[in-house]
Amino acid sequence: MGLTVGSTGKNAQDSQLVIQKKSPEDRVIALAGNPNVGKSTVFNELTGLNQHTGNWPGKTVCNAQGTCIHKGRSYVLVDIPGSYSLMALSAEEEVARDFLCFGGADAAVVVCDATCLERNLNLVLQTMEITPRVVVCLNLMDEAKKKHIRLNIRELEKRLGVSVVPASARSHKGLDRLMDRVEAVTQGDAPAPRSVKYPQSLEAALALVQQPLAPLLEGRLAPRWTALKLLEGDPVLLHTMAGFLGFAPQENPAVAEAIQKAREILSEDGMEGEALRDAIVTSVYQVAEDVCRGAVVYEDAKYNERQLKIDRILTSRLTGIPIMLALLAVVFYITIAGANLPSQLLSEGFLWIQEQLTAWFAAINAPVWLHGVLVLGVYRTLTWVIAVMLPPMAIFFPLFTLLEDLGYLPRVAFNLDHTFKKCCACGKQALTMCMGFGCNAAGVVGCRIIDSPRERLIAIITNNFVPCNGRFPTLIAIISMFFVGGSFFLGESVLSALLLTAVIVFGVLMTFLISRLLSKTILKGVPSSFTLELPPYRRPQVGKVIVRSVLDRTLFVLGRAAAVAAPAGLLIWLFANVQIGGVTILAHCTSFLDPFARLFGMDGVILMAFILGLPANEIVVPIILMAYLSTGSLLEMGNLMELKTLLVQNGWTWLTAVCTMLFMLLHWPCSTTLMTIKKETQSWKWTGAAFLIPTLTGLLLCFLVANGARLLGLA
Amino acid sequence: MYTTRLFDIGVGQTARVESLHADGAVRRRLLDIGLTRGTRATCLYAAPSGDPKAFLIRGTVIALRSEDSARVQAQAVLPVSQKEVHAWA
Repeated sequence: MGLTVGSTGKNAQDSQLVIQKKSPEDRVIALAGNPNVGKSTVFNELTGLNQHTGNWPGKTVCNAQGTCIHKGRSYVLVDIPGSYSLMALSAEEEVARDFLCFGGADAAVVVCDATCLERNLNLVLQTMEITPRVVVCLNLMDEAKKKHIRLNIRELEKRLGVSVVPASARSHKGLDRLMDRVEAVTQGDAPAPRSVKYPQSLEAALALVQQPLAPLLEGRLAPRWTALKLLEGDPVLLHTMAGFLGFAPQENPAVAEAIQKAREILSEDGMEGEALRDAIVTSVYQVAEDVCRGAVVYEDAKYNERQLKIDRILTSRLTGIPIMLALLAVVFYITIAGANLPSQLLSEGFLWIQEQLTAWFAAINAPVWLHGVLVLGVYRTLTWVIAVMLPPMAIFFPLFTLLEDLGYLPRVAFNLDHTFKKCCACGKQALTMCMGFGCNAAGVVGCRIIDSPRERLIAIITNNFVPCNGRFPTLIAIISMFFVGGSFFLGESVLSALLLTAVIVFGVLMTFLISRLLSKTILKGVPSSFTLELPPYRRPQVGKVIVRSVLDRTLFVLGRAAAVAAPAGLLIWLFANVQIGGVTILAHCTSFLDPFARLFGMDGVILMAFILGLPANEIVVPIILMAYLSTGSLLEMGNLMELKTLLVQNGWTWLTAVCTMLFMLLHWPCSTTLMTIKKETQSWKWTGAAFLIPTLTGLLLCFLVANGARLLGLA
Repeated sequence: MYTTRLFDIGVGQTARVESLHADGAVRRRLLDIGLTRGTRATCLYAAPSGDPKAFLIRGTVIALRSEDSARVQAQAVLPVSQKEVHAWA
């Protein structure tokens, strides 16, 4: 359900997965599946959790776990990243494979898309090689029915040799039966699944290796699968396997000898390296075709014509990009127009409460400093953050989530891929950019969907060029104050939306430019291969989306405001009121920074606000305000125009506004994002780069704009 | 029928995969998305710049860059049945 508490902020970083069993009786169930088959929906429905779901491949990039109680027994479900196969290529596929192979699951549920089962069987067959305790969940049966795809479940079960349960997870259909089957498969004897029949020489080779291998494994790994992997010889997998077993099976003399002989058999048949792998993959697909032949019938050919038409419009040369920009502008328009009134009401309400508080503090003869700290410091910062941030969030997130659930994001990646390719980067970076709108930390974690380490680093370093939810309400506020007029008429909201769209487009252009620069300098390389699934459009669950994203967002913003803005308010009030040598600490700091900041079109207060705003960008503007307010002029900030008056009194011009916006768009990532980058890159060097590159870019641009404008006599 | 590359087929055309001129990770990726020998792929539409193109492969629409689709040797087939174009999910 869009960006949730669980998928953003510091929760975006996953900690090492430790299976949390409540009792030894608990069974561990791995939930596998291709990308975009509704795996996370199945997980959420079974566990009652809110793992982030969305209609695009790659939103689950790390393992998540939850508990499901069925008939008195509890099951620990582990949602593993979606992958097409278990022959790991990307980081997320490796996570999936390692958990299935070595994670100690009692059984695996492989979630399949009923509308394209054949492709999904690839993973099912590979999983059955690892463990016989597999249940196939045939999800999206409702969609299959709409598309007049007929599936013969009995026949499929017979051909696969494991249970196949039809389900529509979105409406919770079939999930009880699924758990019944899971119960059966974890309790009773293991089923005897169909094994993939490989070419004769490979079968002979497997038999040879399996013989000495099987007793060594003591049932901890499937001998046939292990033999296959030993013959394939992927060093990373062999290393993990040795770690799991406590010994390297290929080093056992009998096994080594068998492998040697097996390789000879294979090479006589021309099956070495690539050819061997080709044969394995082809065999798996052949079995998948066999299983589906006659058991899956497409009765209506016309169904997808409409989807195809929509796609052709959304990606065409003439309309693709304009529609994309228009959608962005419309989303911003609805956000800005809709947020104005609630923001106004909230700030008036908070102001009224503040007056009551002040009166109360006066009535009980509280010391002035206490009133200052609590009301003018903590309370005012907190309420400003809520009044300005909450309404746009509560509107933007449901809208964005609707687009996400609909399946539009992969089309954005598709449309932008060519430009990313020119920048020697990956088109999936567009998806991570979109995540960045919600939270840059989530965007950074999302970069795991990018296979090439070089391209992943580019995406991580440039993610911050997309303003996150902590930043774009501030951008909206500055735009409304300085470039539109600040009232709420229709035309002005449209203008604000267009200006904001322009700012975002500028951020995207900077992303392209910096990606390209990185590709030509410190991250040299050519673009790697790119494959992206374009899922069918799905009707979003509008009610659920709105409830979830509003609730989650509201709680998240409130929580974060309390956690960061309140102490920051306290600190900044102290800074502004504690004096050293007759001058406040704040004044000391800002006057120290002032000459430097002026070079970049800002002032000391603004720059210091950015520095103090490192924990969360939300608090930058409240800090600026408090700093100005503490210097004498006591204004009540009822609405944006009064705010503007305050800023202008403190020397803001349009140029200050432009430079502040530029720097808001292009500066260091917040501390949470930085920690996430450190975790994802495992390197201080790249974390440093991710800090310096946007900052230097921002400073350079501000310098050019400020001094350019001054030279030209514009400001 | 003539030999061509997946890269060369136009929107609406279908081709049958013959071989892959790729190795290492690219080859594995292409195989994983289902481009094994004999698989049919239909070009459905292209991005605004003409690249990448979206192909219908084993019931799923997958975008491929020109560099990658040019590595897939294929045999163009006449649009045998409209069913194939429409039966994607």
